[in-house]
Formats: sequence, structure tokens, C-alpha cells
Amino acid sequence: MISVALWAVAALLLLAPAGIALSVHPRGSTVLYGGCLVVTLTLAVTALINLLDPFHPTWDATLPVGLPWLGAHFRIDALSAFFLVVVNLGGAAASLFALGYGRHEDSQGRVLPFYPAYLAGMNIVVMANDAFSFLVAWEFMSLTSWALVVSHHREAENVRAGYVYLLMASFGTLCLLLAFGVLAGGGNYDFDAMRAAHPSAALASLVLMLVLLGAGSKAGLVPLHAWLPLAHPAAPSHVSALMSGVMTKVAVYGFVRIVFDLLPAPEWWWSMVVLAVGGPTATMGVLYALMQRDIKRVLAYSTIENIGIIFTGLGLALAFKAEGLDWVAALAFTAAMLHVLNHALFKSLLFFGAGAVLHATGERDMEKLGGLIHRMPQTAFAVLIGCVAISALPPFNGFVSEWLTFQAILLSPQLPSWGLKLIIPAVGGLLALAAAFAAACFVKLFGISFLGRARSPCAAEANETDHFSLGAMFLLAFFCLITGILPGFFIDALAPVSKAMVGNVMPHQVGLEWLTIVPIAESRSSYNGLLVFLFVVICGSAAASAIHRLASDRLRRGPAWDCGYPDPNPAIQYSASSFSQPIRRVFGSVIFAAREIGEMPPPSSAAPARLTVEVHDLIWNGLYAPIAKGIGFATERLNVLQFLTIRRYLTLVFVALIVLLLVVAL
Amino acid sequence: MTTLRDILSQGAQMFLVLLLAPLLTGFVRKVKARLLRRRGPPLLQPYRDLIRLMRKDVVLAENASWLFRVIPYLIFAGTWVAASLVPTFGSGLLFSWTADLIAIIALLGSARFFQALAGMDVGTAFGGIGSSREVMIASLAEPAILITVFGVAMIAGSTQLSRIAEFMGSSEVGLRVSLGLALVALIIVALAENARIPVDNPATHLELTMVHEAMVLEYSGRHLALIDLSSELKLLLYVSLIACIFVPWGAAPADSGIQAFVFGAALYFGKLAAGGFLLALFETSIAKMRVFRIPEFLGAALMLALLATLLRFVSGSL
Repeated sequence: MISVALWAVAALLLLAPAGIALSVHPRGSTVLYGGCLVVTLTLAVTALINLLDPFHPTWDATLPVGLPWLGAHFRIDALSAFFLVVVNLGGAAASLFALGYGRHEDSQGRVLPFYPAYLAGMNIVVMANDAFSFLVAWEFMSLTSWALVVSHHREAENVRAGYVYLLMASFGTLCLLLAFGVLAGGGNYDFDAMRAAHPSAALASLVLMLVLLGAGSKAGLVPLHAWLPLAHPAAPSHVSALMSGVMTKVAVYGFVRIVFDLLPAPEWWWSMVVLAVGGPTATMGVLYALMQRDIKRVLAYSTIENIGIIFTGLGLALAFKAEGLDWVAALAFTAAMLHVLNHALFKSLLFFGAGAVLHATGERDMEKLGGLIHRMPQTAFAVLIGCVAISALPPFNGFVSEWLTFQAILLSPQLPSWGLKLIIPAVGGLLALAAAFAAACFVKLFGISFLGRARSPCAAEANETDHFSLGAMFLLAFFCLITGILPGFFIDALAPVSKAMVGNVMPHQVGLEWLTIVPIAESRSSYNGLLVFLFVVICGSAAASAIHRLASDRLRRGPAWDCGYPDPNPAIQYSASSFSQPIRRVFGSVIFAAREIGEMPPPSSAAPARLTVEVHDLIWNGLYAPIAKGIGFATERLNVLQFLTIRRYLTLVFVALIVLLLVVAL
Repeated sequence: MTTLRDILSQGAQMFLVLLLAPLLTGFVRKVKARLLRRRGPPLLQPYRDLIRLMRKDVVLAENASWLFRVIPYLIFAGTWVAASLVPTFGSGLLFSWTADLIAIIALLGSARFFQALAGMDVGTAFGGIGSSREVMIASLAEPAILITVFGVAMIAGSTQLSRIAEFMGSSEVGLRVSLGLALVALIIVALAENARIPVDNPATHLELTMVHEAMVLEYSGRHLALIDLSSELKLLLYVSLIACIFVPWGAAPADSGIQAFVFGAALYFGKLAAGGFLLALFETSIAKMRVFRIPEFLGAALMLALLATLLRFVSGSL
């Protein structure tokens, strides 16, 4: 079966050069995205067959490419199969969306060739079974996505985003390269050999740190996240959805593959490092998101939050695995993997919604939107479901994975280590904060852009988006609901993954009455999304029909009340930045050094009053700006070397040679 | 037979909370008025208000969308389902396993999410101010209550409310510092969640101080009735929740006879009355806070809750 998957990837690689030819053809984008849709669906089905096979087979293949003495090894096991499903589900949805959305692209030649190549890169990373293929595919994925980020290269902002992305991606790959170098020790880059080798505790810990830097920078862990909110929004919206919803998950795959699979049993303090990064990432990411007014940037920062939640789950799994409580580790690990799937679903949906809004209005700035629920009712409905799901509210899917993570946290008093006893409640608190902020953030996103009155003519004249885009959005919204009300099926499907990675599985869920999920024991906790959903629907519709029949169903329209002072000017409404003002004032004064400076004109003056708001990105100012400044300073000094005479160059070469020889001799 | 009794008990509980909720609000208003040496409206006034509102036409703002009309039903359904899953007179509820305490809080979170959206739908300045302040309050109240739940759940070994109530009623609990801290945190959160003084004033239309009222300003007729009823249900829910966790005595276990249920119901009325009286007493003895003092008030709840949970991590008996 792996040959099917490899042929499908080859088809994607062949579609890339075809994209060059298709980009000049008027229907070219339809053919290309249609092709990508078929291929990704094939890959998703193949992977699903592997994942659901009761015998949990591993499929292997070796191709005679790559390093001559090694060849390229590929393998689909449970972990790869699960991530292949996530990648290709996201890829298929993005291709379906792009069948409509991608037609409006004005520089097709800069998008079409790279899109299938990017999909192929992500698929190969997940299937690679040796370090060489893994790294080549990883870099291929980075470069093709970079090309897509700078596809609208005339906007200076995008070019800067591409530059920062390229730097961070190179840094990440360097860290992974070093990590594999340490793991390969004896020079064998095959993953099987790495599993068999037993590096010392110090070396294994070094690998963990390098992977946290390498995969973490790709996933967007704070403080390595700086590139993500620049690059993800710059790409065309269907690519943004892939980068946020899918590529960050490939980074999570890299982390899980190396830390849970290739490394020996974890040290007890590893989890502390992962938790200490994951918890703050969740809270910081969503706080950043609250401060933004660009829709796509809000979504990109919220990706950072969700990556934080996933890494918190992985950190908990590491903690319990290290202490031998593998049944709890299975719970935490399954929660993290379920959140991987959930985030891929609702983040893609929301980016599609942002793309539809961008196409309909030409605006990404929320301050210029408003009232779109009247002009684009179907898009609004789909985006609303995405907003509820990502805010972790029942009965949708985001709640289930956060609920499972909380259940794992509640079992942590069983851990013996004191450090963990102190850090885990703090991380639980951070997750709870992040969940509440996420709800605030998505009330703001939906309320400002879709509700209220239009704040600009382009929003007032927006039109509903095309059927392909709507189809993709409704499909994902449907998945969000299904995963939310029938999570038992998904938890059971994840059992082989958890078995392979942490050595145990969660209790079997599907057979339970009413499809309830019971993570440990019924006396401890249970949740039934299906019944909650049904109860809410029944109570709501019963109330509606009772009131309409027995009391009154009359309705008239009138002007808004607004305490007697309605103002026809839409600028009177709350804006995105005024909506987040209370939270900015409470939390931002420390975290963002936010300040508000009000200037009142003197009495009797007719000059307007002014309010200036300052929000600083302290991580950028404190970490990235000094490094950039230092590099700039050094390069300016070294610039002298560019203007030497040939005699001096020869002297330099000679001196360098002598120094090197001395080093070798000593 | 047992199934039938369980269904009856669950159904009775579901309609009991719906019927009692306006009475509790009326009682609190009456006590508050008496404490201020006013006569106050009759106890049954909230019922009359609801019926009057239900019969009136809805006057919908011209700009209101379909979402604005659906939201009252969503809020009501979410709050009602949450309120029917909190044990009142009997501790064993048939559908208790459907949603544990975390899910009940999240259900209320869903209701609030939609309420905040409703505030922004018509596009007025007051709606925006209400929603914006509501999410600020929620961003502190929600983590505080979740962490309180963590603390309580770790002591009881379950997040299932029926189990927690049974455990707290047993002799295994004993006096614990962390439970005391959790109680204070939960009371602060309950005040904030129900828009009571000192966080918000349920009786005000003083424009710049209102939060909850500002969000629902554009609602009228049956929509307003449903939203008012949901707020009353929510108040009842929080009083029942505090009662079921911290004073669970007297609640009838699942397999008890009719006498136990009657006794439990009588005791539950007593608990509600005591809760309502304490709330009224507290509200008359304190002034409303400025908006930006609220985070400090709720921050205290958050810290107390964290402390309660940490104590549980540090020692099994604290």
C-alpha cells in the first residue's frame, strides 16, 4: 500500500512543473487544484486504511535516491498514518477551497507550481524513515512555503515576512540537523538504527533541546514564534490555512517522532522544560491575538496558542511516561493528538473564512469591516462555528481535547516529583486563562467583522463567496461538530498511535452506552457531547415553539434603541482596538508595556482630543532586535574586507592557512 | 422501577429549577428592599414580568441579523441544561454523567459567548461597551472557577458533580484549608458571573456603569423574557452549585425513598433562602466598584483558587 502513497506524492511532484504551464491557461488553476484534491484524497484514504487496520501494519519502502549508501527509506506506521490523515485532510480542504478562491489569484505563476510541491514536501516529511530524507523534505517544505509567502512580492511587508521566515526556517533546520547528527552518532542515519542506539542521558537531553528549538521554531513556540504571524498571513489564504493548520502539525510530528520514538525513555525533567514552554506559549499567543486588528494575523497568533495547548499535552505525556504512569500518559498524549486534528479543522476553516472576506471586500483590517453577516450569511455561519469550536466551547471539538487535557492535569498529584507538582497547577491555570482569552478573542473577531454595521463601503457592498469555497468551509464545520459530539470514534482511532508512542492506550470508548467518553473511570469523569448537543437543541426548540404558540410570535422592526441616542454614523460602534481595551489595560501594561496617552485640548480650544495607544512586542524588542543589531554591527565592520587590494587578500589567505595548519598541528 | 424513579427525579429537578429561578430573584429583591427599609415589589413580581414580556411584540432593531433572534433561545437552552445538571434536592442525577463540572462551566461559557455576540450585533456603542467589559470580566472569572474546580475535583477524586456531592457529604472530607479558599473564590466568581454588586448592578440603567444590561439593551418582548429567565436560572445554578459542593447535607442519594426526597427538597429550599438572604445582605452592605477595580477583585479569586489547588498538590490533607 505504501506504493500508492509514494505514487501519489510523485504525482504531486509532477503537478508542480505542470503548474508552470497551467498558470498561463485561463482554466489552469481549476485543473491543478482539482488534481491536488484527487491526490490528497487518495493519500488521506490510504493513510486511513493503515490507521484503522486492526493489525496496525507498518508499510516500508526504500527508493534508490538520496545518499548512495543509504537510499531513501519510507515508512507508514500508526503515527505517520495519523499525521498523513491530518495533512491530507487539510490539503484536500484547501484544494477544494482553492477551486473557487484560487481562480481570483492575479499572479498564478507564482502560486500554482509551488502549491503541489509544498503538499508533497509535507507528505514526505511524515513518511521519511531516515534522517537524510527527513531533512531534505523538511527543507523542501520550508522553501516551497517561503516561495508561496512571497508570491505577492510587491508588498514590502510580505518581502520582510519572507526574509524573517527564511532566517528562522534555516535556524530550525540547523537545529534539527545537529539533533540528527547527535542521534546518528555512529554515522547511520536510518531511523531504525537510531532507535537501536542508546545515547547517554546527557546526549539525549541535548537532542531534546535541539528538537525543541528546531521543531519548536517551525511550530511557533514562544519565543521562537516571531516569524509565524508575519509569514502565515502574507501567503494566499488557502496557503495560510495549510501553513497554520497543517505545517505546524508537521512540526509537532517531528517533535513527537524524535522525542517519543527515537530517543530512549525520557528523563523526569524533560517534561518540565516542555511544560514551561507550552503553557506560556498558549497564553502569550492568544494575548497577542487579542491585540491585533488584522483578521489573518489574529488567526496566526491563535495558532501559537493552540500549539501551546498541544505541547502542554505532550509535556504531560512525557511527565507521566517518565514516571511509569503510562495509562495517564496515554490520556495526555491522545488529548494532544486530538487537538492536532481539531486545530487543523477549525483553523483551516477560519482561514478560509478570512480568505472569503478578503476576496469579497479586499480588506483584512477588521476596523474596515462589519455587518458581513447580512451580505455573506453562509460564510458568517461557517465562520461562527469555527469561532465557537476554537474557543473550546461545547458541544464542538475544541472543548473535547481541552477537557481531556484538563483530566490529565487532574491526575498529576500522583506524580512524585516536586518540580512537577508546582509547575503543573501553574500550567493548568495558564491553559484556563488561554481558553477564556480565546473566547474573548473570537467574540471580537466575529463581532467586529461580521456583526454590527459596515464600517467602510467595501464591507457594505460585499457579496457572498463562491460554491467551492462555501463547500470547503461547510465540510470543515461539519467535521468540527462531528468530532465534538462523537469523539469516542476519534479517540479509539488514535489508540495505535498512543500504543506506539507511550506504550499504553486509553480505555476503549465506542461501545459505551450513549457514546459517552470516559477517559479513566465513570466515577471520575465522563462527558457526552452528543447528549449535550441534543439537550440544547431540544430545550431551545421546545422553548421557541412553546413561546410562539402560547405567548406571542409577533415581531416588528424599528430603529435601534441605544438608550435613546442612536447615531447613524457607523464610526460610533466599538472598534477592534476599543473592544480589547479593557484586557489591554489589565494584562497588557506589563506584557506589552502598553500605554494610553490622552491629549485633551485646553478649555475653549476647538482642537480635537487625541488618544495614542502604544503596544510593544517585548520579545521582539528584547530578543530579536538586539541580535539583528549585533549582526548588522558586525557586518558593517567586516565590510572593510570587501575593498582590499589583491596583495592584502593574498596575505589574508596566507595567514588563514598558517592559523589552520597550527590548529591542526596542535 | 428504579429507572422510572430516576427519570422522574431528573425531570422534576429540571422543571423545579425553571420554576424556582424567578422566585429566588424575587426573594433577593424583596430582602434587599426590606434591608433598605422599602416595601419592595411582591415576591411573585418576576413571574409577572416574564409573562408580560412574553406576551408583548418583539421590536427588533432594523439592523439586527438572524443571529440576534436565535441567541436568546441558545442562551436559555444552554443555561437550562447546565442548571438541570447541578444536583439540588437529590444528589444522584440520572444524566449527571452527560456533563461534568468542567462541561457545565463551559456550557455557561457558551451562553456568555453568544450573549457577548448579541451585544455587538446591532452596532450600537452601548452594546459594544457591554460585550467588551463582559469578556474582560470573563477572562478572569472563568480561569478562577476552573482552577477552583480543579482544587475541589482533586479532593473529591472526580469532576462528576453527583460524586463530588456524595463525597462532600461523607465523613471523609474533614476540615480543609483548601476547601475554605475554594469557597471564597467560588463566591467571588459567582458574584461576577451573575452581574451582582460589586461587579455590576442588576438594577441599574446608569449607562456608563452597566455591563450585563448594556449587552441586552436592544432586546424586547419574548427575547428579553428569555434572557431575564436565563439570568435568573444562572443565579439559582450558582447558589445550588455552592450548596451542593460545600453544604451537601440532606440531599437525597439516588436510591432513597420518597421521604428522603421530600426532606431533601425542604432542606434545599432552606439553602436557597439562606443563599438569597446572604446575597441581599452582602449587596446592601457594599458599593459597586469602578470597572478597573474589578480585575483586582477577580484576581484575588484567581489567586485563592490557585492557592487552594497548590495546597492539594503539596499535601493530601490540607
